[in-house]
Amino acid sequence: MLEFKNVSYAVPDGREILKDINLEINDRFVAITGPNGSGKSTMAKLIAGIITPTSGKIYFDGEDITDMGITERAKNGISFAFQQPVRFKGITVKRLLSLAAGKNASVSEACRYLSEVGLCAKDYINREVDGSLSGGELKRIEIAMINARGTKLSVFDEPEAGIDLWSFNNLIKVFENMHERTHGSIVIISHQERILNIADKVVVLSDGGIAEYGTKDEVLPKLLDVRAGCRFTKEGV
Amino acid sequence: MDKIQQNLLEQIAGIHEVPQGAYSLRINGSLYGKNSSENIEIVKKEDKPGIDIYIKAGTKNESVHIPVLLSQTGLKELVYNDFHIGEDCDVTIVAGCGIHNSGSEASEHSGIHSFYLADRAKVRYIEKHYGDGDGNGERIMNPTTYAELAEDAYLEMETAQIKGVDSTDRVTRAVVGKGSKIIVREKIMTHGKQYARTEFEVDLNGEGSGAHVVSRSVARDNSEQKFVSRINGNNRCSGHTECDAIIMDSAKVIAVPEILATNPDASLIHEAAIGKIAGEQLIKLMSLGLTEKEAEEEIVNGFLG
Repeated sequence: MLEFKNVSYAVPDGREILKDINLEINDRFVAITGPNGSGKSTMAKLIAGIITPTSGKIYFDGEDITDMGITERAKNGISFAFQQPVRFKGITVKRLLSLAAGKNASVSEACRYLSEVGLCAKDYINREVDGSLSGGELKRIEIAMINARGTKLSVFDEPEAGIDLWSFNNLIKVFENMHERTHGSIVIISHQERILNIADKVVVLSDGGIAEYGTKDEVLPKLLDVRAGCRFTKEGV
Repeated sequence: MDKIQQNLLEQIAGIHEVPQGAYSLRINGSLYGKNSSENIEIVKKEDKPGIDIYIKAGTKNESVHIPVLLSQTGLKELVYNDFHIGEDCDVTIVAGCGIHNSGSEASEHSGIHSFYLADRAKVRYIEKHYGDGDGNGERIMNPTTYAELAEDAYLEMETAQIKGVDSTDRVTRAVVGKGSKIIVREKIMTHGKQYARTEFEVDLNGEGSGAHVVSRSVARDNSEQKFVSRINGNNRCSGHTECDAIIMDSAKVIAVPEILATNPDASLIHEAAIGKIAGEQLIKLMSLGLTEKEAEEEIVNGFLG
């Protein structure tokens, strides 16, 4: 479905954030993890078309999308949930859900999208997506928007951040329902072990390169070993 | 009324024909029609152009429409409308001016509206300004509003100038008595070479009086806007003035919020922000499938509500 071929990305001062990435994503749930600054969010932005690679190619369903803009990629079936959702003065939750769905969402449809992310629709559909909403509420609305889009490929940048009281199980349920509807791939950038646990494949980024890529059974034990080593002694346990 | 005038009426008042109930409709410099109701009396002024509107004490859930239409190029007029609102009223007043100018001379409407709210009167005042026509003649509107609120009165003023007005100079002054409150919500969009200046001055003279003045504006192309707001707290009172502007293209926006307290129990706040549309807002909407232009329109339309 999605393929990175020799993709590198450098910021204008020349520092390389991603180095020669080769990666194919076809599975239901793919988790991308790695330490802060390893290039995870950069990868998500490359997929959504917010930035373009310094070198290399990106393919979506066999088509070269490297030079394709954000809008065109969105229309072709790519969705991206921001790590930090954006606020809009004067635009209501219902309007954003309608824009996401590509049609005027009915109250019952808006209600379905919102209740899936644990929000009571009647309290929210006419609220403006502005400073009056908390970070956690915005995050859930962001997820509901991706759900409303229902595209082949959905990328979530740290979806669990800021969602405190709402259980992880519900978030995972949202992903499962989304997959049932779209039969597509869901890419989740996360540090959370519980999210990694539901992944079919796990990508570990480190210092701009792919340190590990495999099934969760292959990757997770190694990942946890490294973490343990860091936590207790320099030599590891 | 011809098609052009009907369209103007639709734009400013959302109606096609003469309004129901109490109304006064002014077209091309003269009174086209008026109607009083049992509780709302409309009287033509004898000494100058304009009308007096008397609303009986205790009138509730009634409205009065006073639209003004100009479709004749080169027409300039100055109109005085005085509203006398009795005690314990709860009414809606819908005003507005539409100018269609397809000629080469400037068309200009200046309306001076005075509101006298008796004790406990509650008024919602809605005013829309709109211009169209493909002539070179300018469409100019200079509204002046003066409001006096007695005790425990409430005035909510919503003004909108969204399209087609080349030049506007709006002045609003209010004197607010004990326990009374004024709320002003202004929306302005300017484009082309348009110029809009709005000035608010509110005197919070009564104990426990309040004011909330909010302006949201979008300045596009080479247009220019100036927002001046002054709240004077002369008693125990609370005042808040806020200007929030989106600036685009080569436009210019000046915001001058001013608060002045002469009483230690006056609590006054001013806020002013000018900025372009945030890049991340555009990116978010584009990631939902909108083009950059569509995203921009969506943000502007939402902002101006």
